[in-house]
Amino acid sequence: MLYIPGNNPAMLQQGGIYGADSLLLDLEDAVALNQKDAARILVRNMIKSIDYYNAEICVRVNHIDTPFGLEDLEEIVPLQPDAIRFPKTESVEELTNLIKIIESIEDKHGLPHNKMTLHLMIETALGVQNVFDIAKFSKRVDAITIGGQDLTADMNIKSTKDGSGIDFARKMIVMAAKANKIDVIDTVFVDVNDEEGLRLETEYAKQIGFTGKAVINPRQIDIIHEIYMPTDPEIRKAYRIIKEFKKNKKLGIGVFAIDGKMIDAPIVTRATHVLELAQIDLDTI
Amino acid sequence: MEILKKSQSGSFESSDIIILIEPVEPNSGRNIDIDSSVMLEYGDTIKALITSKLDSYNISDIHLIAKDKGALELTINARLETAIKRACNIQKATMH
Repeated sequence: MLYIPGNNPAMLQQGGIYGADSLLLDLEDAVALNQKDAARILVRNMIKSIDYYNAEICVRVNHIDTPFGLEDLEEIVPLQPDAIRFPKTESVEELTNLIKIIESIEDKHGLPHNKMTLHLMIETALGVQNVFDIAKFSKRVDAITIGGQDLTADMNIKSTKDGSGIDFARKMIVMAAKANKIDVIDTVFVDVNDEEGLRLETEYAKQIGFTGKAVINPRQIDIIHEIYMPTDPEIRKAYRIIKEFKKNKKLGIGVFAIDGKMIDAPIVTRATHVLELAQIDLDTI
Repeated sequence: MEILKKSQSGSFESSDIIILIEPVEPNSGRNIDIDSSVMLEYGDTIKALITSKLDSYNISDIHLIAKDKGALELTINARLETAIKRACNIQKATMH
């Protein structure tokens, strides 16, 4: 997921060429307070006109408690991007209010309530404490993310490269997402010149369960894709597992062995996920 | 619509355009100055876009300066809309 500052025409118009799976057009922290109106209008025009190829389009609006949030929603919701990203989510009460506002705008424009999804950012200690309830509150919530910079500020701790201060929060947020079967995106790695640091952090994020990672520079995309994409041997193994699973299923056998190793439902689930990441249609196996 | 105050939008960055607007005496008409890095190729298009936007807001008296650095049509329209709304005090949610 590539962050693109909402008041930068060059970056906005080129956003689709970098190969990111998802583009986050940012009206919040990347935009100066005296340019919020300009960014809102520019992002609206970009969404209407620019071809972002297959990238998911997500717009980060300002919080509804700021002077900008409501007008952001009024401008962006009618365009129905794939998702709205809402910052500093802390409670189901504010989420109730947010969804009410979004649905009233959708009603005004004759739009359905089930097309555009919500990505909620958890960026405060209170948000972390309430994350499970936040994640399960609405079917519209299809991803939660951790905002590392704001979270360290809220916790009044230093932002360090090893991420030790936010490790507990990372795992809480992952667990809440997994429990609710939604995506969970890791925070940005801010040192764009430290490729090794990015690699280590992304490997860790993948290991503990994050389904993706946000980036602030297109240069970071390839490293993240490389880590998240399954390797050729992993794909071949997954293919074999699914092929054998289908064959055994027809015979009424649920648990079987490949090369002497037991294959049961969790392994089949993981193999399915590998093939989905590799964009292999399971019906063709 | 009446231009109430000076306003500005956009930037001198590549692919952007900077728009400066100021009020003029009533019935003095439109005074539009355009400078662009692609003036020869797109000067007339930019002028037409500005004129059309001013028409849509029914603005007949204005001094407008545009310095373009190769902005797309959608960017020019966005920057014009921002500058006009700021100049007419119809842009609520921002801090100047």
